[in-house]
Amino acid sequence: MTKPAVLEAIAVSHLFDVSRPFLQRMFTREPRRMLRAVDDVSFEIAPGTTFALVGESGCGKSTIARLAVGLYEPSDGDILFENQPLSSARAQPGLRRRMNMIFQDPYASLNPRWRVSDIVSEPIRAFKIATRPNEVHARVGTLLAQVGLTIRDGEKYPHEFSGGQRQRISIARALASEPDFLVCDEPTSALDVSVQAQILNLMRDLQKRLGLTYLFISHNLAVVRHMADRLGVMYLGRIVEQGPAEAIFRTPRHPYTRLLLDAIPDLEQVGRARTPVGGELPSPIAPPPGCAFHPRCPLANDRCRVEKPAHTMAGAVQVACHAVEEGRDG
Amino acid sequence: MLTRAWNSDLAYNFRTSPVALASAALALILLIAAAFAPWLAPHNPMDVASLSLMDSFKPPLGMADADWSNPLGTDNQGRDVLSAIMYGMRISLLVGFLSVLFAIVVGIAIGLVAGYAGGITDTLLMRVADVQLTFPSILTALLVDGVISAALPHTMREALQIYVIIFAIGISLWPNFARTVRGSTLVERNKDYVMAARVIGVPSWRIMLSHVLPNVIGPVMVIGTLGLGLAIIAEATLSFLGVGLPPTQPSLGTLIRFGDDFLFSGEWWVTVFPGLTLILMVLAINLLGDWLRDALNPRLR
Amino acid sequence: MALLDVVDLTVEFPTRRGVLRALDRVSFSIDAGEILGVVGESGAGKSLTGAAIVGLLERPGRVAGGQILFEGKRIDTLSAEPLRRIRGRRIGMIFQDPLTTLNPLYTIGRQLTETMQTHMRLSDSEARTKAIGWLDRVGIPAAAQRIDAYPHEFSGGQRQRVVIALALCADPVLVIADEPTTALDVSIQAQIITLLKDLTRDHGTAVMLITHDMGVIAETADRVAVMYAGRIAEIGPVAAVIRHPAHPYSDGLMASIPSLEHRVDRLRQIDGAMPRLDAIPNGCRFNPRCPRVFDRCTTEQPELLDAGATRAACWLHAHD
Repeated sequence: MTKPAVLEAIAVSHLFDVSRPFLQRMFTREPRRMLRAVDDVSFEIAPGTTFALVGESGCGKSTIARLAVGLYEPSDGDILFENQPLSSARAQPGLRRRMNMIFQDPYASLNPRWRVSDIVSEPIRAFKIATRPNEVHARVGTLLAQVGLTIRDGEKYPHEFSGGQRQRISIARALASEPDFLVCDEPTSALDVSVQAQILNLMRDLQKRLGLTYLFISHNLAVVRHMADRLGVMYLGRIVEQGPAEAIFRTPRHPYTRLLLDAIPDLEQVGRARTPVGGELPSPIAPPPGCAFHPRCPLANDRCRVEKPAHTMAGAVQVACHAVEEGRDG
Repeated sequence: MLTRAWNSDLAYNFRTSPVALASAALALILLIAAAFAPWLAPHNPMDVASLSLMDSFKPPLGMADADWSNPLGTDNQGRDVLSAIMYGMRISLLVGFLSVLFAIVVGIAIGLVAGYAGGITDTLLMRVADVQLTFPSILTALLVDGVISAALPHTMREALQIYVIIFAIGISLWPNFARTVRGSTLVERNKDYVMAARVIGVPSWRIMLSHVLPNVIGPVMVIGTLGLGLAIIAEATLSFLGVGLPPTQPSLGTLIRFGDDFLFSGEWWVTVFPGLTLILMVLAINLLGDWLRDALNPRLR
Repeated sequence: MALLDVVDLTVEFPTRRGVLRALDRVSFSIDAGEILGVVGESGAGKSLTGAAIVGLLERPGRVAGGQILFEGKRIDTLSAEPLRRIRGRRIGMIFQDPLTTLNPLYTIGRQLTETMQTHMRLSDSEARTKAIGWLDRVGIPAAAQRIDAYPHEFSGGQRQRVVIALALCADPVLVIADEPTTALDVSIQAQIITLLKDLTRDHGTAVMLITHDMGVIAETADRVAVMYAGRIAEIGPVAAVIRHPAHPYSDGLMASIPSLEHRVDRLRQIDGAMPRLDAIPNGCRFNPRCPRVFDRCTTEQPELLDAGATRAACWLHAHD
């Protein structure tokens, strides 16, 4: 063991109550209904690296993002930040200060009634990193410069900026608490590609310069490939494949990872014909029994339909698949 | 700053809307007449010494025996109707403003807490609001007014009556504000800027006040304006029924009640002019409120 | 003769701060059976182009200049009713959100049969048989039973399949698809793109495919038009535009897309952002962001010029 992990998730599950309102349930005698958004998820993130979670809608990746900064409490399992339970870490301002978050929607993540300088200085004031007005002002200037804006932009309101500039403001705010761990929930999926490149480059630069650790959530495999050191592929609340990003992209093992990689239209394959995998994403309220992917899986057999696969090592990669475990994946 | 306000979309919308301009002008005239009544009114209707029964029931201009010293005629005690209306509007507007203000403060507080806390707190507070909304608001105001007046000692009743009325009308209006604020709060509290504040551990009360409140205040202004019309009518109704303000502080409603006795004996002006003023005032306020609602609603633009 | 010929199409939005020109002399054509991709970033005018062609511009937008010729006849001057008949019968439409196309109160069968019967002479039973056939073709399982279901009973991907059936069922010669897969997950997106491509190829239908996703264009379209700030920056065969872009904007756009095949240390980025409509620079609209800008770019607006395999609106390709 070299350096300890910044964030560690141990068998974390999270359930949402999706029952009807109490009165309606009483009259129709319906039981409570729970949605298992995150199911037995474990991972750890080493300092200065990027761990990415990728998956389609409803796979639970955004729920993990919120669990990782303490916006939700896990229903089961533990999350450790710097080897301390997350809830006790968050109770100490000195530790809470060291984690922050960047959001997907650059329009909803900035309070439209606040000036940019007030938005960026909120963490500075909350953690009393600086208190004198000119000190705060100077820090805001440094932060805005760090993300490619100027101190004069601080006087403006969010609606005066483009989507990419707003995401820069969002990053400046996240850096204001001087964190070393950032949770990035789809930070570029609302942006146009040329702007996405700006933001991804900025995030990589900042990581190098400040030694940041990222938990990077995305549905875009190409973006994840560009950013991730390690990667987890999620399907209906579970991580089905996890390991070094390079290894997974070179030789994907889990049938779902292969499907995802095959489904992405690629610039380098002009006019290619392909046979997409059929089937729909099942509802997370009623996931299929056994391996949740079996209805769409070309390798599924009877065992897959009844028995949930365990996470097993296959080379450098951890895979939850009976076919891989039995060597049926060819 | 001023030029920015002048060029804003709202100001532009206002400048180009004839209804908004006309109703704002009318409201402004009435407001000035009420606010500066002691300087503008031809007589002081509160000054009993200056009243003379010789002057009673003088008709308004346009009728025989009318003169310019009492353009809208006089009542049974020789009080100038125009002056009485101007002083009466002061009371009506004062009660209206203060009771709406009270309702806004209570409504925002309850709406924010219910919407932000959610769960059982939300359910309890909103069921109370629902129950109250099943009664007409004037009934609630009557009930509250009756209970408090009965509880107060006789000697204090007259002096405190205006506060009792403000409280009663305010209480009857708060659910409208609470429900609107709660609805907007439910939307805002799930937005990422609130999440960002929660991640760094900003306390809930501060998130509610500094983040959520500025973003839910728009609709409150709309209902506040429309509520002002309602409150003025509520006060007039209570006064007309005789449970409102004491005769020493006559509001428009009180004036209408006094004049009502003479409606069929020929002295119609004593009640019709205060009534018209009430209608114009509420109409102007409601038109302004409607305009504000449409102007702030992006879907109607 | 091209199936659709758009010549100098100009669209304006009068606002109180002056007239905004959202499309400025956009010209392109689509041949029968061809798939033309239209890419660009949000606000470049690609959806507006599609809406203007079928007369569905949102007020106060208006066509302020140019011509739209469909099957050799001008359609931009038609009144609402004849245009409505062309829409649906000759030109089908697919939008990003299937729920804007499907009526939630009617079964999908009723919507399909009504569409067909509006444009073709069919008995009720014939229309129903055809409708089941279409649902089957777009890959709705158990089509004969599902025909009487309501839109909300289908998943997002299936709804978009139904919308495709609805757009194609009257045998149009052109389909305008505006971001048809943007709201869908990648695995479902692949299914829908393949379906759209196969069906239109089988029926010889031309497609104008509007999307911000260059990858979707790469594997679907024959030719591509790259739009920037209300103009076409470059137009040409897909392979040429992707591999040898002639316009510095298309070049930067291609380079800024992260690749699945290999990892680079830094993505090439285009600095700045697309100008807002009220702040369009003089000369070439791309000049403030262009790495190869020179004097002429800041004063004179370039038209589409021959640039090898493609045509690009860039002074680098002027040979006078």
